[in-house]
Amino acid sequence: MKPVRLEMDRIIDDRRTRIIVCCGSGGVGKTTAAAAIGLRAAERGRQACVLTVDPARRLAQSMGLTSLDNIPRRVDGVEVADGGSLHAMMLDMKRTFDEIVEAHADPDRAAQILANPFYQSLSSSFAGTQEYMAMEKLGQLRRAEEWDLIVVDTPPSRSALDFLDAPQRLGRFLDGRLIRLLTGPAKAGMSYMKVLNAGLAVMTGALTKVLGTQLLKDAQTFIAALDTMFGGFRERAESTYRLLQAPGTAFLVVATPEPDALREASYFVERLDEERMPLAGLILNRVHTSPAGRLSAARSLAAAETLEMQTQPNGRLVPGSGHSITVAALRMHAERMHLGRRERRLAEHFTSAHPAVPVAEVVAQPEDVHDLEGLRLIGEILSRQDRAPGSRGAGF
Amino acid sequence: MNPWRTRDTDWDGVRLHVVTGKGGTGKTTVAAAMALALAAAGRKVLLIEVEGRQGIARLFDVPPLPYSERKVAIGLGADGAGQGGDVYALAVDPEGALLDYLEMFYNLRRTGKALTRLGVMDFATTIAPGLADLLVTGKATEAARRRVDSRDGSPHVYHTVVMDAPPTGRIGRFLNVSTEVSGLAKVGPIKTHADTVAKVIRSPQTVVHFVTTLEEMPVQETLDGIAELRELTGGAIRPGGIIVNMARPAMLEGAELAAAASGSLDVTELAVGLKAAGIGDNHGLAADLMTELREHARQVLLQNRERDELRAAGRPLYELPMITDEIDLAGLYQLAGALRRQGAA
Repeated sequence: MKPVRLEMDRIIDDRRTRIIVCCGSGGVGKTTAAAAIGLRAAERGRQACVLTVDPARRLAQSMGLTSLDNIPRRVDGVEVADGGSLHAMMLDMKRTFDEIVEAHADPDRAAQILANPFYQSLSSSFAGTQEYMAMEKLGQLRRAEEWDLIVVDTPPSRSALDFLDAPQRLGRFLDGRLIRLLTGPAKAGMSYMKVLNAGLAVMTGALTKVLGTQLLKDAQTFIAALDTMFGGFRERAESTYRLLQAPGTAFLVVATPEPDALREASYFVERLDEERMPLAGLILNRVHTSPAGRLSAARSLAAAETLEMQTQPNGRLVPGSGHSITVAALRMHAERMHLGRRERRLAEHFTSAHPAVPVAEVVAQPEDVHDLEGLRLIGEILSRQDRAPGSRGAGF
Repeated sequence: MNPWRTRDTDWDGVRLHVVTGKGGTGKTTVAAAMALALAAAGRKVLLIEVEGRQGIARLFDVPPLPYSERKVAIGLGADGAGQGGDVYALAVDPEGALLDYLEMFYNLRRTGKALTRLGVMDFATTIAPGLADLLVTGKATEAARRRVDSRDGSPHVYHTVVMDAPPTGRIGRFLNVSTEVSGLAKVGPIKTHADTVAKVIRSPQTVVHFVTTLEEMPVQETLDGIAELRELTGGAIRPGGIIVNMARPAMLEGAELAAAASGSLDVTELAVGLKAAGIGDNHGLAADLMTELREHARQVLLQNRERDELRAAGRPLYELPMITDEIDLAGLYQLAGALRRQGAA
């Protein structure tokens, strides 16, 4: 089954596309894809901003990002077409969090929150914060209306869709009974108190036992201090979530032709569908192809063996045999064909399960991308798609 | 023969092997292979998964793992000493670990369930996500510390615990969370718990292995990860070995390799070879194969450079071959054998 072709340029050129989200499991090339798409968009006239969460150092350098300063910087060396431009920024999650606090609380209270040890730990080092802050920053950039296209990659979360769940989880938590318990019975309301009356003492007792009086007190202080800004926080999280569901957003799932990455990609596709998030397609990255695909793996291997037999007539190993280069080339080719066939099979499994998902393939590059030239090439390959995926030379 | 006899490996005395690696480098596969290799005659090994992806169940072709220790395989047979010991597996999730913790230390299981309904788990994963990491590392260290079977005999005493840990980018924070929470809590039961966890993680009984492929980004992340671990913990959390996974075999060496990479090999020579093998050079097949060979040679040279960079880190280096087909149990045993032959387990 051949997949529908993902027309990258159509998505980029469509002015209604305002946000492109690259998601996928770790190590599949999300950041590279996001940067390549941002660059291509800029060079095709879009005012693009790439928001990256955790770029490899050399990739960041390729876009001129040297520090994590939370401000979109103009990328030099971009061949911009009429009106196009490229900005890029790395997320500083602590600073993003600080800014929310400062924006939502009066100065005294803000200072109190920023100084709370609980807050400091939470905002700088705990897993999960990154997802919230990435979404928050995305919302900020979008609302700023300074760019007409924002390309974002998603954090390398433990669960790939943490970034989708984060805003809702936050809302659920803030509406939760625990908060009301922690912030004091006054907030819990009388009817609720009646129901829980018997259990309440046990609960707070248990909480105290587990957390310890001191930690519970710190947490309570922290939550009470944050209380004033919760409403605004949740509202923003929800509006970002709605933004992601809007037609101006395009989700691109990135995967390599590996079982784990494609399994995760399937999971993404299904979740995005459940959440009614607009999926644009799958980028199948690091696909192995062969210019000599007309020579099958089996024939190549057989030929290599034939040659080895010839060079060792007495069954003895002759060093530096005449055809050593050919043997190496044939064995290497057989392996590559084998790998290519396996990748093809995995890609077909994906398409059988998700026949409507458009696919674009990017062939494996001999070296990692670390300059604009490399990013430009990836962008071109992504859009080139002159052959429909799957219609490769014989053999695979 | 005493089954608990110490074999001579690079990590004798280590009871908790933490396996990390950049996404896509195959850390789950390597962790599983390591568990098989460590489970020598009579030795019981626990393989722990912490990210809820059920990767272990898939590798061993068993149903999804619950929050309980299940036997999933028999270890690699010791050299001439018969069958290997048992490999158990456990998928730890923060909620299960919290209930476990409440029961184990406070006998509060029912209260724990009520707390879950109240949103305590949301508290753990939303506002204090560090608590989730603490609970997970807590469970792993608890398994590594066990010395006697408990009252009802259900948990096991393990010779070694292998943890399929979060990726390299998160490993420092993940392992250091106990110290951080300990600093945050100052006193109280959480602090006591965090201290116990930190004590195991920061002892010579725990090492962190880094899985990488011979590509630029994973190698860089490995080196960064080792440095971060050192910075974050002042050397208290020990790096173990570097395990190079999916190394592609080099088809050429020395002068031929260099010539292939620079494109100075003779295409006609290849065409002659093809002819000798009974393959006609139709439509420039020899030239196409030469292009492919050149790419291969450049990749091999890149791999060699990356390997040298890894060597400079001064950690023991192990290398596992590329398995082209999807990894099954046979493939895992093959990798386990390679780890053992190189002294990693």
